[in-house]
Amino acid sequence: MTAVAAPSTELAANRKNIRPGRVVAWTLLFIGGLVMITPLLYMFSTSLKSAGQVYDLRLFPADPTLDNYLRVLSDGRFLRWFLNSLIVATAVTVSNVFFDSLVGYTLAKFTFRGRYFIFLAILSTLMIPTEMLVIPWYLMSSQLGWLDTYWGIMFPGMMTAFGTFLMKQFFETVPDDFIEAARVDGLNEFTIWWKIAMPMVTPALSALAIFTFLGNWTAFFWPLIVVTSREMYTLPVGLSSFAVEQSIQWEMIMTGAALATIPTLLVFLVLQRYIVRGVMLAGLKG
Amino acid sequence: MATIARQAGPAESAGLWDRLSIRTKRVIWAWSFLALPVVFYAGIRFYPTFQAFWLSFTDWDLLRPATFIGLENYRRLFADPLFWQVFRNTFTYLIIGTPVSLVLAFVVAFYLDRVRFMHGFIRALYFLPFLTTAAAMAWVWRWFYQPVPIGVINGFLGMIGIPQQPFLRSVDQALPAIMVTAIWAGIGFQIIIFMAGLRAIPSTYYEAARIDGLGEWAILRKITLPLLKPTTVFLVVFSSIGFLRIFDQVYNMTTNDPGGPLNSTKPLVLMIFQTAFSSYDMGYAAAQTVVLFTILLLVSLLQLWVLRKRA
Repeated sequence: MTAVAAPSTELAANRKNIRPGRVVAWTLLFIGGLVMITPLLYMFSTSLKSAGQVYDLRLFPADPTLDNYLRVLSDGRFLRWFLNSLIVATAVTVSNVFFDSLVGYTLAKFTFRGRYFIFLAILSTLMIPTEMLVIPWYLMSSQLGWLDTYWGIMFPGMMTAFGTFLMKQFFETVPDDFIEAARVDGLNEFTIWWKIAMPMVTPALSALAIFTFLGNWTAFFWPLIVVTSREMYTLPVGLSSFAVEQSIQWEMIMTGAALATIPTLLVFLVLQRYIVRGVMLAGLKG
Repeated sequence: MATIARQAGPAESAGLWDRLSIRTKRVIWAWSFLALPVVFYAGIRFYPTFQAFWLSFTDWDLLRPATFIGLENYRRLFADPLFWQVFRNTFTYLIIGTPVSLVLAFVVAFYLDRVRFMHGFIRALYFLPFLTTAAAMAWVWRWFYQPVPIGVINGFLGMIGIPQQPFLRSVDQALPAIMVTAIWAGIGFQIIIFMAGLRAIPSTYYEAARIDGLGEWAILRKITLPLLKPTTVFLVVFSSIGFLRIFDQVYNMTTNDPGGPLNSTKPLVLMIFQTAFSSYDMGYAAAQTVVLFTILLLVSLLQLWVLRKRA
């Protein structure tokens, strides 16, 4: 294995002599990667099989068909859940991108009494697990009529301490000179934030947007609690109830699971570089 | 400048706004930016936190008003054998899941970092599961674990002559089976973060070590791992919190008897969910959430302390 461990600076020089250790490492990594996506491959494969073929465990269906997709989509509920998830995840993402960066900017670039207190107060909410808040949130929602509404699903996540902290870190790297120059030009503080500072932290904004959207698209626990009618289910909650209902019709369950997974995979294929960079950014700074 | 400031300034009458000093204006701007967020954090984070603590001292079923019963919920909880079973399950997820997934993630990241041929493609293979919906993939794994002729894993075991395994139907195997699903879903994120950490180590350190004649193993132990410590600390805490809060996979893989068979897979969050939203025993459930909060706090502090000391 020593051959594999050449430092990256030497790699270019060594590229020509392929060493056996490196080939072994590559092959093992590749096999491991295939194992990782096996569940996804089987999910798609089974979603293309008819009920009679499900017991045939071959990965490539003998007689692929889109019937399952047509059946699942034709009853309309899935589209509704899909739409619900899209609305909720989009609205929460927009809210986080706006408010987390506004607060992060204020804490990074303004000096005023109480700034440190506000920062610590927001940061301390990272220690509070969602599970502890769901009972009070449920009570609040039932008193205010928020149960079973989009707002009810969304309100707990409209701002997050994680996003605020991330954005504060990035706004601190924006040089004060730019902001001062904009002030001299007579721009008001809101415009300076929106037009000058925001464009300078777009990598962080995209990381925040990706994380927030993905988190809300896949969210299960709170929607399961706050939503009571089938029409208002988000996709994960709807899929779960759909799967229970189908009991042993695995090809239908796999089709539902595939429908929930396809959008995020498509987005990933298009934005792979930004997503990986965003995860790295958020992980290292957050 | 004055006109622009006046038009867009926070709700102040023009004359008054103009007379304020630049410093005061900025403070007003800052607080107007913070106004809505302050209301949000106070109303949606802090108030519910205190309410959860308060509710944990009450007996409350949503129908009648809550009555104060002191520490009775906690006494009941600590005397409940189900709680201790759930406690054990939760920590099993944590104590096995975190090291296994982190070691795997580090090994993959360590070698993947050196791979140039099809680097992006292989990275994508490992990262894709992180983008899936836990509730959806739990059902795929549940199908994998079925007995023959349905289950893929048992079908494969049959082909190579290994006897059928009960997996989710067994008191002993169900929890590890669910844990595998959770590790699978989270490892892609850890690999990416480890790779970012590895990239951040300046290559001059490696060059210096090589000149000093250190072997690969010594370089890994003396340079890579110590310099990677901030990344490792972050991932240990992040992953531990994830395992302590595991819910989606367990709920979806055991829907016919959530947390079963015989509560052998039930984590604390599922117990909270059932106490609150199946039994509507809200005070008791609130006490369980306070216990979860305390565990999360202690585990995070303990890990930060241990990892900081072993510098």
